[in-house]
Amino acid sequence: MGYLGAMDPHRRSMLKGFGAWAPAAWLPAAFLPSPASAQRAAPVAPAFPGVATRPIPSSGEALPVVGLGSWVTFNVGNDRVARDACADVMRAFFAAGGRMIDSSPMYGSSQPVIGHGLAKLGGAAAPVFSAEKVWVGSGARGPAQIEESRRHWGVSRFDLLQVHNLLAWEEHLPALFAMKAAGRLRYVGITTSEGRRHRDIEAVMRSQPIDFVQLSYNLLDRDVEQRLLPLAQERRIGVIVNRPFREGALLRDLQRHPLPAWAAEIGCDGWAQVALKFVASHPAVTCAIPATSSVAHVRQNMGAALGPMPDAALRRRMAEHVQAL
Amino acid sequence: MSLMVSEWWTYRLSDFLMFSPRTYHRLVELYNAEVWPAHVLALGLGVAMGVVALRARAWAAMAVFSGLALAWGWVAWAFHWQRYATINWAAAWVAAAFAVQAVLMLLMAAAQAARGPAAVEPWPSARVGVKRGLALLLFALFVQPLVGVALGRPWPQAELFGIAPDPTVSATLGLLLMLRPAQRVPHWAWTLWPVPLLWCVLSGATAWAMDARDAWLMPVIALAALVALLAATVARRAGSR
Repeated sequence: MGYLGAMDPHRRSMLKGFGAWAPAAWLPAAFLPSPASAQRAAPVAPAFPGVATRPIPSSGEALPVVGLGSWVTFNVGNDRVARDACADVMRAFFAAGGRMIDSSPMYGSSQPVIGHGLAKLGGAAAPVFSAEKVWVGSGARGPAQIEESRRHWGVSRFDLLQVHNLLAWEEHLPALFAMKAAGRLRYVGITTSEGRRHRDIEAVMRSQPIDFVQLSYNLLDRDVEQRLLPLAQERRIGVIVNRPFREGALLRDLQRHPLPAWAAEIGCDGWAQVALKFVASHPAVTCAIPATSSVAHVRQNMGAALGPMPDAALRRRMAEHVQAL
Repeated sequence: MSLMVSEWWTYRLSDFLMFSPRTYHRLVELYNAEVWPAHVLALGLGVAMGVVALRARAWAAMAVFSGLALAWGWVAWAFHWQRYATINWAAAWVAAAFAVQAVLMLLMAAAQAARGPAAVEPWPSARVGVKRGLALLLFALFVQPLVGVALGRPWPQAELFGIAPDPTVSATLGLLLMLRPAQRVPHWAWTLWPVPLLWCVLSGATAWAMDARDAWLMPVIALAALVALLAATVARRAGSR
């Protein structure tokens, strides 16, 4: 659990002792739990000083605002060297206070590679918040796929299961809600990416008691700011952000330009942290999940969960600046 | 209707690439290391098939189709099914297509064997087709493995005939142009062409999505083979041999 997440009064008083460098002093109020959510919090992981967290709206449980995706980067097949390299990325991720790892049956060997990493690190060193998906066109085949995914990960149950790209969501969601009610799952969600099916996503958000919605959001792709992010706040649905770097393309473009002066104001040492802080500082966002196969990059990404976050005015400047490049 | 991919028109080619180029080339490298020295046997098989294909005898065609069946079956199982499918779930379907191609090759070999040792007529005929087919075969055996190396990929990641799909498909197209099946060609002989040609498209698309500088190679090979087939067929109909 993150230091700034759901915490008891003792921890809150400890936070004051961190003095001027303590990130709490810099964070917008959205990064601190509401009293109500704090009461519902269920601490499940050690706190990491300085790592910004957000409460999951439906429970109040705190999650670090930066997670880890696995699309492409963890799909390394049976390559032992590459599998161990992925485990090293996971080790660095957890060591920096990360928790949420996201995957899908669609991601090739990513699931068993995550399982390899979790087994190698051991439970104490891997306080994972497991975010998986069901991705099959038949509701009847959902449970078998979920069980296979669970075996790949080597976990007793998933924290979060999402209906991938809304595929057969009418069939899968009732089954996921039943799993949650039976205590075999903690949270239920839906996903989309790259702006697809937003009308359907909105309809599900309005009609179903989901805990999370996963969508694409970054400095250039900001359609979700109009309807989906405000709706998530209104309906108290957690938001997981995929493609914060447009699969790296955004960073490749940005890195041709010098870092603006305002980046230092929010403690960013590079464009990756700028892009992540922009996403993570939106009040509706719970967690962003950049994917990487590099230890250096995962450390840099987790650095975006440290230090001050941009306020609304700076967020506007950030978007305008990048749009103009 | 449930679709695995909704709003498919909004997807780019790169959206379907579920592995990194580094992962793919590492997979080839590890595969090469695991099956070495099968490369030597495969190259020998390719050369032998080229030599035999120049003989206008039914047994020659039978031998070549049997060799191709072996190559396609091996690539289907050892590359696509055993290895590529670990990073690309669609490779299981490709493995099935390659296995079907191997079976078709075996059936064609059996059809040739049934004709006995009688001399055969050229088909699709014409020395033009044979020469172009031979050129394509030689390219697949000796030049194509060097293309990746010339572009900077290390030797252990080289793709060779009978081991990796691309040169196997190129060599097959060359041999199909060269082969001189018996006078009464089975009416289903055309079925030997679709899978290799479709692989050329798929391979080119994958390489394009990986930003590979040789992404054009397999589509160009398919186009060249089709042009050569068309030219040989026209020449045959014109009575020119």
